[in-house]
Amino acid sequence: MKSIINDIKTRFEISDIVKQRDNFNFLTCKKEQTVSLITHLKNIEGFSHFVLLTAVDWIEEGKFQLTYILNNPDKKIDIGIRTFIERETATMDSAHHLWEHVATYQRELKEMFGIDFPGSPRVDESFILEGWDDIPPYRRDFDTKKYSEETFFPREGRTTNDPTEYMKKKLYPDEEK
Amino acid sequence: MSDINNNTNNKEDKFLAEENKKRTVIGPDGIEFEIDPLKDYFCDQKPEVRDPKNKVVEKFINWARAESLWVLGFGTGCGSIEIPPLLTPRFDAARFGVQMRATPRQSSVIIISGYLAVKTLKRVIRSYEQMQSPKYVLALGSCTINGGMYYDSYNTINRLDYYMPVDVYVAGCMPRPEALLAGFNKLKERIKAGRAEGANEYAEKFDWYKANQKKIIKDWNMPDYNW
Repeated sequence: MKSIINDIKTRFEISDIVKQRDNFNFLTCKKEQTVSLITHLKNIEGFSHFVLLTAVDWIEEGKFQLTYILNNPDKKIDIGIRTFIERETATMDSAHHLWEHVATYQRELKEMFGIDFPGSPRVDESFILEGWDDIPPYRRDFDTKKYSEETFFPREGRTTNDPTEYMKKKLYPDEEK
Repeated sequence: MSDINNNTNNKEDKFLAEENKKRTVIGPDGIEFEIDPLKDYFCDQKPEVRDPKNKVVEKFINWARAESLWVLGFGTGCGSIEIPPLLTPRFDAARFGVQMRATPRQSSVIIISGYLAVKTLKRVIRSYEQMQSPKYVLALGSCTINGGMYYDSYNTINRLDYYMPVDVYVAGCMPRPEALLAGFNKLKERIKAGRAEGANEYAEKFDWYKANQKKIIKDWNMPDYNW
């Protein structure tokens, strides 16, 4: 694991290395170099299994964090590649040419976060939300409770009474304070 | 020569198989009509209220209906896990006359077994409308009552009775198969008493139900009513 990371460090600009476990490290990479780093890991270091691609919305910094997790089945080690992209433009290079199923993750991210991956197959088609017309629901500025109340005919809750006030009114209706 | 150039139909049909081409056929009763095999044919006539004339016979028929509930094999959410044990010897729903059926046309009960995403609601509406009346809806779990733990979700509905008439609610999160059996017994009582008129209610308040459904389902790409 160490030798792989040291080798990557000489070839790419790695800014932050977090050791999760002995066989699992997270690296942070620049946006432009990410896809080439993944290609390098797949073709030369033997990380042949793509585990997942996910996103985190850092709304305060105005960034999306993308995490690619790769697995090396022979050496039984994992590596996570983190990269930050601008929240305003939200565009990232597609990696669907490396593994076919990356396109599905990218389609989901396009729908749920609004992150665009130009050139990825079927990325503009609706995936789970059919006919969604609001801002993407996984963005943190999307108010899901407000949306639900406006859209889904909420059932009004039960009414509760303060016991002291309620009994006072019931037992002594004439007494006023 | 000019015929070949002007005939645009011929160009479009060049790669079509013979049986998929539009043609005129003569029915067994001698009436000629045109069919287009690539077109979807739906009966989109509005549902009608069924008003039985003979109340005594209706009472007998209702008894028969109640004793043989055929359930559509359709599961949404976590409640679909509760249905398989219901049919196995431990709970044995067959002794109540409850059986699963594969298609909407064969079944009289639809179980909405938990939360309903908008995408699923679309499929549920189509299945419900294709069932033959009289049809009954059994709603499981708190999700169908008020949204349950998904009350603030962007993608699950809060209350089912805005989209289709519900006969029996079974509360719980998730209700056990015993509760489901109690729900079936309640439904039987309702049918025998002649109070399970969900299909008629749907026909009466059809416009209201359709307006609610269309408010939720943004890309409405199916006929208004299909059966």
